[in-house]
Amino acid sequence: MVWKNFPPDFYVRVDKELCINCMRCIKECSFGVHEYDRKKELWKRHHEKCVGCLRCAAMCPAKAINIEKSRMEYSPHPVWTNKVRKDIKMQAETGGVILTAMGNEVPYLSYFDHLVLDACQVTNPSIDPLREPMELRTFIGRKSERFDLEEDSGASLKTEIAPNLKLETPIMFAHMSYGSISIEAQLSMARAASKIGTFMGTGEGGMHKDLYQYADHIITQVASGRFAVHEEYLKRGAAIEIKIGQGAKPGIGGHLPGKKVTKEISETRMIPEGSDAISPAPHHDIYSIEDLSRLIYALKEATRYKKPVFVKIAAVHNVAPIAVGVIRAGADAVVLDGFRGGTGAAPQVHRDHHGIPLEVAIATVDRRLREEGIRHWGSIIASGGIRCSADVAKAIALGADAIYIGTGALVAMGCTVCKKCYTGKCPWGIATQIPELRKRLNPDEGAKRAANLLEAWSHELKEILGALGLNSIESLRGNRDRLRGVGLNEIDLEILGVKPAGW
Amino acid sequence: MCGLGGIFNLTGKGISGRDITIMASMMKDRYDGRGGGFAAYGIYPKYREYYAFHLFFKDEEAKEVTEEFLKDRVAIIKDEEVPMRNIKEIPREQIVWRYFVEVPHKFKSKADYLKREQDYIIDTVFTINDEIDGAFVASSGKNMGVFKAAGMPQDVARLFKIEKYNAYSWITHGRFPTNTPGWWGGAHPFNILDWCVVHNGEISSYGTNRRYLESFGYKCRLLTDTEVVAYLFDLLVRKQKLSIKTAATALTPPFWSQIDRMPEPMKTKLTALRMTYAPAMLNGPFAIIVTNAETMIGLNDRIKLRPLMVGKREDFVYLASEEAAIREVSPELDRLWAPRAGNPVIARLNGDVKEEIIH
Ligand code: SF4
Ligand code: SF4
Repeated sequence: MVWKNFPPDFYVRVDKELCINCMRCIKECSFGVHEYDRKKELWKRHHEKCVGCLRCAAMCPAKAINIEKSRMEYSPHPVWTNKVRKDIKMQAETGGVILTAMGNEVPYLSYFDHLVLDACQVTNPSIDPLREPMELRTFIGRKSERFDLEEDSGASLKTEIAPNLKLETPIMFAHMSYGSISIEAQLSMARAASKIGTFMGTGEGGMHKDLYQYADHIITQVASGRFAVHEEYLKRGAAIEIKIGQGAKPGIGGHLPGKKVTKEISETRMIPEGSDAISPAPHHDIYSIEDLSRLIYALKEATRYKKPVFVKIAAVHNVAPIAVGVIRAGADAVVLDGFRGGTGAAPQVHRDHHGIPLEVAIATVDRRLREEGIRHWGSIIASGGIRCSADVAKAIALGADAIYIGTGALVAMGCTVCKKCYTGKCPWGIATQIPELRKRLNPDEGAKRAANLLEAWSHELKEILGALGLNSIESLRGNRDRLRGVGLNEIDLEILGVKPAGW
Repeated sequence: MCGLGGIFNLTGKGISGRDITIMASMMKDRYDGRGGGFAAYGIYPKYREYYAFHLFFKDEEAKEVTEEFLKDRVAIIKDEEVPMRNIKEIPREQIVWRYFVEVPHKFKSKADYLKREQDYIIDTVFTINDEIDGAFVASSGKNMGVFKAAGMPQDVARLFKIEKYNAYSWITHGRFPTNTPGWWGGAHPFNILDWCVVHNGEISSYGTNRRYLESFGYKCRLLTDTEVVAYLFDLLVRKQKLSIKTAATALTPPFWSQIDRMPEPMKTKLTALRMTYAPAMLNGPFAIIVTNAETMIGLNDRIKLRPLMVGKREDFVYLASEEAAIREVSPELDRLWAPRAGNPVIARLNGDVKEEIIH
């Protein structure tokens, strides 16, 4: 007999002396690891089912549980790693595609970790953000090339200002749909975004009516499944994002299984209850850039040109000309989703092997837009794998206007990146629709933690600007002179437009 | 740290370079002798119709190559060596020559020829600086010139016989370089057409500003942050036709917290201005003096991290890093003040001097 999940990834060690037999772990584990045989009065732990989410260990009142990485492994081999062998065995068992979640797990070079920021010394005083104004306000959308003013009348503005989103910090919550995550998780982010003065994305799942009151801080999405898309929906949000691709799975679509399409989800997405929600790989009305332009203008017409329209693309080899095309097609911002972007469900092969690093995408797109003299036509929003405020600062210095965080926001709300979102059994009440699990995330607490994260990063961004001697984020934008590369080769540096440390 | 000075006569009366030299020499501890310079307006009345090119050449060969190139591009009305003294303090590193040139008529066919002509001159300057080894255009405006070298400003004044020129607008700079090596071309003032800039401090937003300017075709190759200021004024005022005040507001705009409290329509106007010119905003510690043929502008960064004083006596306006420099040439003043952070002080020919309250 061949075992599918052998040896297990984790070993669940329970200290018998500490355990008080409260059975709490049984309830807490949504993957059915803990089992108690009442007749024989014996515990059984199904180690092979454990995903290492640490929920049981965190909730155990006796602190009796320790989740360890299993030490049992196949005979070591540098090429035929344990993971490779396990994947093969699983596929031999099921004959299927390996499904996974969250971001790319292959340890490709991280450019962010090879870029360092400048700081002031002597000739240029650093600025203390606690004593001096420090500006993070950011506008996303089309800008004019020049400012046209009737000088005589002093103030009447001839320049027509295209609709822009006003962000008090250049960080937004990425699109994660209702269906892939719970309404509690969405509510948490919506409240945090309104409190901080930034935005969250609905994802393709429509806007649940509980979110309406935060709609001024919500970006709606139009994706290939066109779920929930109608005039009211488009008009309700602050901006509209057309999703062409996603960094975690460039070139492929999405699938919400029918069993997850509950009554509320069916209402929000406007599809029959229990039916599969399938987002095809391409939009079947967009087979070319002209088609995209038509959709952009259809959405602008529908909203009377009052809402900026963004287009999200996965960062792929040809990202620069594609992004230029997107901006020329009328988009007010292009969202670049790097290959480290997260997801609730993706085939492992796509997640780990398609697309290019976000840092490179930002650098090349920003450069190309400038070369064509159209950088001001649209903003660049960077997303996918941004982990901390330093990543935000580096992304902006490379040329991004603002960034999206997805995984980071979920971690703030409790996610431990167990990569099992696609099972719908999220132990922290995030990527689930099961009422008992959803209850684990209190939107008040979620909102507070998500807002805290934005506040903490914004605070750090201000300190970073202060150390750079800048008092406004716009003076960091595209300011690659304030970055240096450490341990990058000449071509990498040229592509990023950054000098090596020491120059 | 650097020392800045400016003298501007509101009625256009020319004065000798003696006063500006005194001003510069009063700020000795603000420079270290690796760069000094002057710009003077109104010094070539006889050739006022023509673009005056001040050129530095490393050797005769660079001069020959440049002249070949110039003859192809423009008509040279007159050329001569810029008069210089032999002084021991500054070895002759460069050949300094001036050319009075005009754009040939074949380029003047279009109705907007003036604009095209100026762009053509800029292009000529960029090409020389960029492509001809050992040649550098120090200035290219009409009826004005830049004199600069690697030395103390008062020595540079002696070198170029500054006292012999009469100008209605003078600026000077003594340099304490911290970012680029000292060479003649790297000294201030920086110039393009009739725009000149002298600068004390650092433009920490340089990378953002440079990349913004590059998308409009400007080439920032001087290895220094000051040049972006000249190009930004050229872009905003000459090309995009903003008033000097609006342009200065775009470069050192009020903080959002100030804008948010403003009444309409100011609020909308300034919001639009900041949105449009976000990449043009100047950040970092600086005091700058910017001049063109009709104007002298003093400007500080938004939190005033470098000194700048303004004095006025009858029809003379004085700008300097230090009050002492102003007092030395004009002990009696009608007014003396330190402009607020980010507020441009604008002196206009046949007008007055005024601090524009934008902060
Ligand atoms: S899956 Fe999570 S809750 Fe279940 S045993 Fe493992 S760590 Fe505990
Ligand atoms: S959202 Fe939930 S299921 Fe997904 S990785 Fe995080 S903890 Fe696991």
